[in-house]
Amino acid sequence: MPLFPSLSLAVAPGSVTTIVGPSGIGKSTLMEFIGGHLPRSFRAAGTVILDGRDVTRLPAEARRIGVLFQDAALFPHLSVGDNLAFGLAAHVRGRAARAVAVANALDQAGLPGFAARDPATLSGGQRARVALMRTLLAEPCALLLDEPFAKLDPALREELRRFVFDHVRDRDIPVLMVTHDATDAEAAGGPVVSL
Amino acid sequence: MRLPLLAVLALGLAAPALAGGWDDTVAAARGQTVYWNAWGGDERTNDFIAWASGELQAQYGVTISHVKLSDTAEAVTRVIAEKAAGKAEGGSVDLIWINGANFLSMKEQGLLHGPFLQDLPNARYLDLSEGSAAVVDFTIPTEGYESPWRLAKFVLSHDSARVAEPPRSMAALLDWAKANPGRFTHPAVSNFMGSTFLKQALIELAPDASVLQAEATDEAFSAATEPLWAWYDALRPNLWREGKTFPENESVLQQMLNDGEVDFAMAFDPAAAAAAVERGLLPETVRSYAPEAGSIGNISFVAIPFNAAHKEGAMVVANFLLDPAVQARAQDISVLGSYSVLDPAKLDDAAKAAFDALPASPALPSNEALGPTLGEPHPSWMTRLAEDWARRYTE
Amino acid sequence: MTAREGRLLRLLVLGVVAGGLVLPILAGLWETARAAFGHLPAIGAEGLSLDPWRRLFDLPGFGTSLTLTLWTGFASTALALMLAVSFAAAMYDRAGLRGGARLLAPFLATPHAALAIGLAFLIAPSGWIARLLSPWATGWDLPPDLATVNDPAGLALILGLLVKEVPFFLLVILAALSQLPVRRHLEAGRALGYGRGVVWIKVIGPQLYPLIRLPVYVVLSFALSVVDMAIVLGPSNPPVLAVAVTRWFLAADTTLILPASAAALLQSAVVAGGIGLWWAAERTLARIGRIWIRRGGRGVSAEPGLVAAGAAVTGLMALGVGALMALAVWSVAWRWSYPRALPESWSLAAWGRSAAGWGMAVESTVMIGVATTALALILAVAWLEGEDRGHLPRATWAEALVYLPLLVPQIAFLYGLHVVFLKVGIGGGIGAVIWAHALFVFPYVMIALSDPWRALDPAYIRAAAALGAGPVRRLFAVKLPILLRPLMTAAAIGFAVSVAQYLPTLFMGAGRVATLTTEAVTLSSGSDRRVTGVYAVLQAALPFLAYLAALGVPAFLHRHRAGLSGGAA
Repeated sequence: MPLFPSLSLAVAPGSVTTIVGPSGIGKSTLMEFIGGHLPRSFRAAGTVILDGRDVTRLPAEARRIGVLFQDAALFPHLSVGDNLAFGLAAHVRGRAARAVAVANALDQAGLPGFAARDPATLSGGQRARVALMRTLLAEPCALLLDEPFAKLDPALREELRRFVFDHVRDRDIPVLMVTHDATDAEAAGGPVVSL
Repeated sequence: MRLPLLAVLALGLAAPALAGGWDDTVAAARGQTVYWNAWGGDERTNDFIAWASGELQAQYGVTISHVKLSDTAEAVTRVIAEKAAGKAEGGSVDLIWINGANFLSMKEQGLLHGPFLQDLPNARYLDLSEGSAAVVDFTIPTEGYESPWRLAKFVLSHDSARVAEPPRSMAALLDWAKANPGRFTHPAVSNFMGSTFLKQALIELAPDASVLQAEATDEAFSAATEPLWAWYDALRPNLWREGKTFPENESVLQQMLNDGEVDFAMAFDPAAAAAAVERGLLPETVRSYAPEAGSIGNISFVAIPFNAAHKEGAMVVANFLLDPAVQARAQDISVLGSYSVLDPAKLDDAAKAAFDALPASPALPSNEALGPTLGEPHPSWMTRLAEDWARRYTE
Repeated sequence: MTAREGRLLRLLVLGVVAGGLVLPILAGLWETARAAFGHLPAIGAEGLSLDPWRRLFDLPGFGTSLTLTLWTGFASTALALMLAVSFAAAMYDRAGLRGGARLLAPFLATPHAALAIGLAFLIAPSGWIARLLSPWATGWDLPPDLATVNDPAGLALILGLLVKEVPFFLLVILAALSQLPVRRHLEAGRALGYGRGVVWIKVIGPQLYPLIRLPVYVVLSFALSVVDMAIVLGPSNPPVLAVAVTRWFLAADTTLILPASAAALLQSAVVAGGIGLWWAAERTLARIGRIWIRRGGRGVSAEPGLVAAGAAVTGLMALGVGALMALAVWSVAWRWSYPRALPESWSLAAWGRSAAGWGMAVESTVMIGVATTALALILAVAWLEGEDRGHLPRATWAEALVYLPLLVPQIAFLYGLHVVFLKVGIGGGIGAVIWAHALFVFPYVMIALSDPWRALDPAYIRAAAALGAGPVRRLFAVKLPILLRPLMTAAAIGFAVSVAQYLPTLFMGAGRVATLTTEAVTLSSGSDRRVTGVYAVLQAALPFLAYLAALGVPAFLHRHRAGLSGGAA
């Protein structure tokens, strides 16, 4: 049984395209398909083309598509700094250089000196910012945002949206966001697709 | 040391006068369950004990509960544990199938009840004269602390389809093994059968076998065993797996003969191979024989621990096992195939006829093929042999 | 409001555990220790001396035994853990892993001894595999003189342990994985450019390990002190330390009990030291691992490793299945000699002849198993419920206490424990056996039950409380029904553990209590594989039926409750 009708979508670099729709419609499944994380119980037809190359058959790790989850998915066994080091692209070599890159990312996230902290001690907003930095440190060619603000309270939400969108626009990569919240779509300021 | 034995003889002669005492024993035994701790690795023996339980129940109201051991020493350890716990009566072991070192060890530590043999009416069928096999266990006088129940004799078995003419002496065995490396082995020497094989070789190879009857001294031991170790040094590289590992016991060895991994098995029971053939456990071409110079034989006994809860029942069982009809049944190849411990000279005509009527089997060695029976060395030899072997050949 | 009650309840359970489990073990160790230092009046040894130790160190092959023990223990545990984690990684997310896990039940259920006997027959030079290929493919008219079992390096023993421990690890790992956001972290890791295998090593593994650390120690302790499997598959001259100790305990020369006791103490030290060593290795690996993670390398592909592990585990399972089948075939064989691939003649005689024997053994096995499991289950529920009501955190020290019987080698305290039981006057009966089994069953029941219990959504309980249900009703009307599946699984595991107990039944029952396992091990010292086959088949069948019930009963009762039938996703 198909989840939703066929869909064709192009996302320009530096812009955020938003997919909205009620929960259960298959927004997240679409994201999983694009990211390469589709569970075996689903079948998908179609192609994913990134920067002109067809990545549909590539494993997730080779697609260079970053994902930001609503629950941040920080690894609890690693410190905040090590979570970022985990994301940091491998071409940054040398212990010192990598430590500097991690420290810079923490500064940008407004969390200087947080490297040794246990992620479990962070607030929701802090976790989301660390998660975004971790994703960006991997230097993705595209970014998927899966209801990234759903778990935050309204005040924090506003602040975090700005943080996320500012950062991703800087990178000049295509960004696709799914949400069921119309204000998210508004803040993104890009095209909106309804499922 | 001699006194108790004389007492046994005197009381044995006076047995009819004690009839009242035996009746009391039988009366007290009624309704008892005797926990007989006996090696449980042989299904035929297990079946025989189950049969005996039924008979005893019908005749005396005594039931046997067979506590199956994988090693007799388990029961000894159990009695020691009970003594350690100060349990001087109501013990869990009523009767033990025992002999040799286990008997010596229990007797020396006062763990046995008795003497009781003289109280058994059926003891009159035994040859109780001094030095007779029925009153000596591995050269140790039993002094009435255990009662015989089956005869054991060392034999080798081979598959006549693979080995037409087996070597009949230890020297010939060495030659055969050199010509057929990897096709012969013996059970681990920590096992009874493995050490018996070494003893058999020792008796054949020792310059003077008579020293084996006395307790081993350092001097006597090194003199007597020197040819044995020379022989074994030459044999070992030609053993199965180059003598680096050994089957756990004779049953496993028998299985290896059936599997074709080796060409010989050994047993302490001349009928073992015949019975195994009959039960599908060995090929029909297997034959048994004893070394031509004779083979080690001994009698298995039953003994009663000092703290047994059902001593009377245990005595009734011991007496029952000495009944000529029971001994004849035990000798039946289709039942147990274990030779009688009774003195043929003391049997009446009916009992003799029962033994004569027993069936034969091709895998069963004739009396001629069994050759003379050699006495067991003093237990100290077995202990030292096992220790010295372990020191020499454990890597 | 019931916090005090809860604390009392757990205190009570703790008291029962301390008095019933820990004290007897300490008392048993004490008796063993006294004998180890030369005090055993029953054989005329009095006073304090180091002679037993001197004798122990002088015993031939002592050094080799010790080395063999360490090698087989560490190699089998490390390899089993690696294989199980890799297999879980390779198969995760693939349909059928969960269903496949259910197929593991027979392996867990089959006692070590039975599996070892079947495996020995399978891989021996004259074994089933050789028979299937001989002589047409191998040219072996007679079995070759190859050490495929009882090899001096203990490889066959390691293989046997792997067949048994990999399924156990898999089950433990699957239970632990259900508590981790595996899918999400896999996605997160792969989105950052790491391959599946590397994410397992760098992300899932480090989170998984703390959850399975105790079971790993249990397996290590078991592998370092295994007796029955080592007798059948291990080298015999010299054997591993635990087999040597058992031999010395049961040697005709009763004075060997003293060095045997010393060796039994040493065996405990080996296990304690082994666990210490493992722990140190864990820390070192974690340290190295963190440095490796910080470097952010993506290049390594672990996929070939995963494929190899998948193949190895499949091979192990095939060996296990083959071993069980070999036993089943033997139980209906009459004559079966080399190189026939199948028996020459068939017969049900082995089943018929020993029917009276196995009938009784089944009866006492079931009786002891049910009583022990019920006891352990009640204790475990009381413990966990006490924790809930007392709002107590998970007490690791108390859990370590529960694990004590699994970590201390049985041989080190069973002999002493038997003496203690006799002194108190409860030796040699079925009661003593049930008690001794409970020592080993309770920890497994706790392992199986505590995680699902603690994972239970507290919202259910709060909802029930808000509806006016008291603590008793909350337990019986809400918690237990929701937890029916884990309860049944815990019971099945407990039952299987009870069925497999050999040494405790032997020592505590004074040999009078005959269970399928004691009979099977005794018979395995005999030559009749057919009778051994009968007992081994029954031995595997009983716990298997228990597992089937554990799966079937909740599935039937909850057939209209989809939310309860799948377990945690």
